[in-house]
Amino acid sequence: MSELLREAGLIARKDLLIEWRSRVAVNQIAPLGMLVLVVFAFALDANQSLLDRASAGLFWVAVLFAGIITVQRAFTLESEHGIRDALRLSGIRPAAMFLGKLAAISIQLFVLEVVLLFGVVAMYDATVEEPLLAVVTAGTGTLAFSAVGCIYGAVSLGLRARETLLPLLLIPVVAPVLLAGTRALERALGVSTQAGWNWVGLLVVVSAIYTAIGLAVFGPLLEDG
Amino acid sequence: MSEPGMGVSSAARTRPKGLTFLSRYDDPAMSTVIDMSKAVVLLERFPALAGATATVGAGEIVLLRGPNGVGKTTFLRSCAGLLPVASGRLNVLGHDLVAARRAVRRHVALLGHTSQLYDDLTVVDNVQFWSRASGVRDGDLMGALDRMGVSKRLHSVPVERLSAGQKRRVAIAIVIASRPRLWLLDEPHAGLDQSGRGLLDSLLVDAAEAGATVVFASHELDRAEAVATRSLSFSGGLIVSDDE
Repeated sequence: MSELLREAGLIARKDLLIEWRSRVAVNQIAPLGMLVLVVFAFALDANQSLLDRASAGLFWVAVLFAGIITVQRAFTLESEHGIRDALRLSGIRPAAMFLGKLAAISIQLFVLEVVLLFGVVAMYDATVEEPLLAVVTAGTGTLAFSAVGCIYGAVSLGLRARETLLPLLLIPVVAPVLLAGTRALERALGVSTQAGWNWVGLLVVVSAIYTAIGLAVFGPLLEDG
Repeated sequence: MSEPGMGVSSAARTRPKGLTFLSRYDDPAMSTVIDMSKAVVLLERFPALAGATATVGAGEIVLLRGPNGVGKTTFLRSCAGLLPVASGRLNVLGHDLVAARRAVRRHVALLGHTSQLYDDLTVVDNVQFWSRASGVRDGDLMGALDRMGVSKRLHSVPVERLSAGQKRRVAIAIVIASRPRLWLLDEPHAGLDQSGRGLLDSLLVDAAEAGATVVFASHELDRAEAVATRSLSFSGGLIVSDDE
């Protein structure tokens, strides 16, 4: 178990180091997420009440766009220069690769979500009335999205048209994550009276299910992709 | 066939202090490293290996010869456990690759046509990651880079800024640092300048002298034959001759 975690840490550290060196998330992905918020702010500005009600959903739409690019980049790195073969030869367990990728993508997306949440507050004039619920929603939603993303990222590894196929594969599967995340965040922003923690529970269940699936199938996907 | 090491300068063959080979997996009892019999390997439906038979012993340097598309790369990838064997027998380092392909991988290095390096990471980042990924914690990383003539000023340079030859040297340094028992190299001289080729040749000889086994495909026959102790000729997915 400790060896599995060591290997997962190695993968996660490597992915985060690549991001630190390349600054793609900072210079390209985060601005894209903010741009999505800005565009909707312009589009709906005339109707402040609609903007209030839509803010949680728009937050997750921005996360979706940024998340797809983050997942795509994380797996494109492994498909270049024969790196996938090198990883297979390295002896790192596929489960460790999955956990490492999951951790790295989750950390990047969570930081991005914090930035986007500030964007929602600033641009949409939203108020975070339940900060704990907002943070836990972002955390569990990120984990669920990243787990699904890692599975479909591995599916797309060997595909020639993966840039266009990954969103097509990913968006329908993460729809429940976006729905639950939106409902829970609406409660955290005080625009809904629904039980936000119930939706968080759903996000936890989705995270657990897809993490379990990812641990089981990542090896075969890496071999066959 | 020339004697092993012919054409390799004594200076190039000097092993830097502290650089070791095989300290992880040294197993002098292992005499047969590759035992392939009537192996068929399919790429899609095409039999890239169509019943190949070969045996490679420990410490040998084996050159794979033949024109493009006759199965040399498939042979190397099969021995690395990356391709399934549809029929026949393939044992590598005592592992039955027909039954299970993963177990052997940690003991094998396969250097193909690609660099296997992350462009955004520095040279040292790459060497550290891949050696740790191979389970080597005390590897002489700097010694490996030094052995391949990668100067210290390049250590902190992102790989994307290196030339093709420099990337090749770093990739070979990673092979050294991971200390495999079986070196599988596909056109290892490609992209290297004359000094790099000399370093590589001496490295192969040193690795074999230390007990590792080297199997490599090359079209640069003059240079390759000077290093190899034996050559296998491929034709149509078969090994058609075995020359000492």
